[in-house]
Amino acid sequence: VSRNIAINVHHLTRVEGHGNIVVNVTDGKIEKMQWQVPEAPRFFEAMIRGRHYTEVARITSRICGICAIGHTLASVKATENALGIDVTPQTFKLRTVIKHAENFDSHILHIYFLVAPDLFGAPSVFPLVPTHTEVVVRALRMKRFAHEWGALLAGRTTHPTRVIPGGFAEYPTEAELKNLRQRLIDLQPDLDATVQTVLSVAHKVPSFERQTEYMALSSDKEYAVYDGVIQTVMPDGKKQRWPVAEYKSVTNEYVVPQSTAKYSKNKMGSYMAGALARFNNNYDQLHPEAKKLAEALKFKPLCFNPYMNSVAQLVEVVHTAKDSIRLLDEVLRDGFKPEELVKPKKFGRGQGSVEVPRGILFHEYDYDEEGICRGGNCIIPTNQNHGNIQLDFEALVPRLLAAKEDEKAIELGLEMLVRAYDPCISCSTHYLKVDFKR
Amino acid sequence: MNAKKKARIAFFDFACCEGCQVELTNLSDPIFVGLLDHVEFVEWREVMKEQTTEPIDIAFIEGSFTRESDRARLEDIRNRASIVIAYGACSATAGINAMKNHTTDYGEFVYGKDAAMPHLDSQKALPISAAIKVDYALHGCPIDRAEFVRVVSDLLHGKQPLIPNYPVCVECKMRETVCRYDLDDHCLGLVARAGCGAPCPADGIPCEACRGFWDNPNEEALEEILRSKGGLSAERARDKSRMFTATMRRDAK
Repeated sequence: VSRNIAINVHHLTRVEGHGNIVVNVTDGKIEKMQWQVPEAPRFFEAMIRGRHYTEVARITSRICGICAIGHTLASVKATENALGIDVTPQTFKLRTVIKHAENFDSHILHIYFLVAPDLFGAPSVFPLVPTHTEVVVRALRMKRFAHEWGALLAGRTTHPTRVIPGGFAEYPTEAELKNLRQRLIDLQPDLDATVQTVLSVAHKVPSFERQTEYMALSSDKEYAVYDGVIQTVMPDGKKQRWPVAEYKSVTNEYVVPQSTAKYSKNKMGSYMAGALARFNNNYDQLHPEAKKLAEALKFKPLCFNPYMNSVAQLVEVVHTAKDSIRLLDEVLRDGFKPEELVKPKKFGRGQGSVEVPRGILFHEYDYDEEGICRGGNCIIPTNQNHGNIQLDFEALVPRLLAAKEDEKAIELGLEMLVRAYDPCISCSTHYLKVDFKR
Repeated sequence: MNAKKKARIAFFDFACCEGCQVELTNLSDPIFVGLLDHVEFVEWREVMKEQTTEPIDIAFIEGSFTRESDRARLEDIRNRASIVIAYGACSATAGINAMKNHTTDYGEFVYGKDAAMPHLDSQKALPISAAIKVDYALHGCPIDRAEFVRVVSDLLHGKQPLIPNYPVCVECKMRETVCRYDLDDHCLGLVARAGCGAPCPADGIPCEACRGFWDNPNEEALEEILRSKGGLSAERARDKSRMFTATMRRDAK
């Protein structure tokens, strides 16, 4: 078939940050198919040099406006690891509730505002305001609730104030925690309606599979989001684990010419991080209600369709709400009280990792004996996904061409693919340094 | 602006985290939907595929000016918009991005041998006012949602928006927050521009002056107080205010 196709999506819309999609086909031959990242780099490493350990998370939080909670938690955990600080069980649980709030918040934003317009055939959420008022109002209501949920414990969701090395700088009251617990229970009708909305358009999720490696935090205790070890699952179902301190040996970052963000790979040409990677690695530990939803959707691990990442997010929306009720029950049962900060025991190098909405996030810092930061490194989930997006393009474009899809359909298919990853491009071009200098 | 027609609003972003745009999704359903009775979003890449070739009434620009190659896009937005608002700290003062400005080795430090690759170019972080005329600034990292609504409302009513120009200390006194200096901590509230309601000291952490300096900051006194009352080393006291006000300091490059 002699076909010419020229797709040039400059600054893809409805994603966080700036990315381009370029596909050139001449006489049926694919000459170029690239996922490009032209986002302006921001050099966070140069910013944290010389900063006191109490200030570092406040700076690295600013890497991302959507996952600021995750960056704060990963940063504070890395600092605590470097300083020999073991936080209390109450801090661990309350921070897990905050992590759940962020994943819920970001997933709602992604599902309703960034993905749903494609499935409803609209260019954005705004044309849906008059036609699907109830859906848009529900989305805004749930987004606001997620913000209040996170802010109650973290102070703010965009660049949290209260999470600091050693614990919390300030606490809500017990009555406020009980109120949050009740509001999570009262969320049920909105959760049910969200599931129904997604079910009504689920048949429009493209079917495309490509086998790849999936990486996520994993824990023997729970569906890991705040803490765990690194785990990957291969297409044959084999799982392997590594300590967080060895994160560089599994992320292997490298620079490519089409991107201001670095790429990653482990055992295969690329790997995927994010909700689908967590689902594929840790399905058994999901809350029963979340599993029930997955079963109703006939969605089970291992799933190799990257478009299903948005559906995995929906499953996690249910999980985060239900698991937060459990955690709050435990905190209240054990006697909630404001606690003193745990003090540093040493100064050195430490690593921290959490599961942000888009996947596994690593922070690492080096502190001198005065508690001053001398170097750092952050590896962001979107960086880890850039290579996988590129390889998906290389598998998907020939299939769409063979299916005789027209240029517009190919363009939409690729845009939807990138959006399914929910990329956080500002994050991925943060630029922290890999090597340490003293 | 025509009072009968909805104001045409657009959002644009440069070097930033887009968190100030995300803040708008936290406005709550009645406020956000209510806003849509008065304004029309005509271009907003983060949440819309739609773009416009028609004039824009109010353009909100998030992010710093860090690459000469971004100047043309900024000028294009200026030419299309009646009012340009620097939206958030990165845009208004270059915010946290300017923390690297006093260093010269950031490229090599981050990329090593790859630093010379042309697409990795980045100059000093500057406020967008270094490239184009800016009419108003919404300060803060992140912006204050209530201030956003108030400024939009003022503009729709043909009112000049008032941006507070006094120190954050005033707001701590008003909400009766105990001073950080009385709790063996330090704080930049005495030189920081108010308008946020001083949430950070109330949450148990120092103000880092994310809204920039107010118009009359006493930097010598700040450095002295950070040392004598805040217990900071001479080096930390000197560098402390680089986090959000690097482009506003006396030694700004």
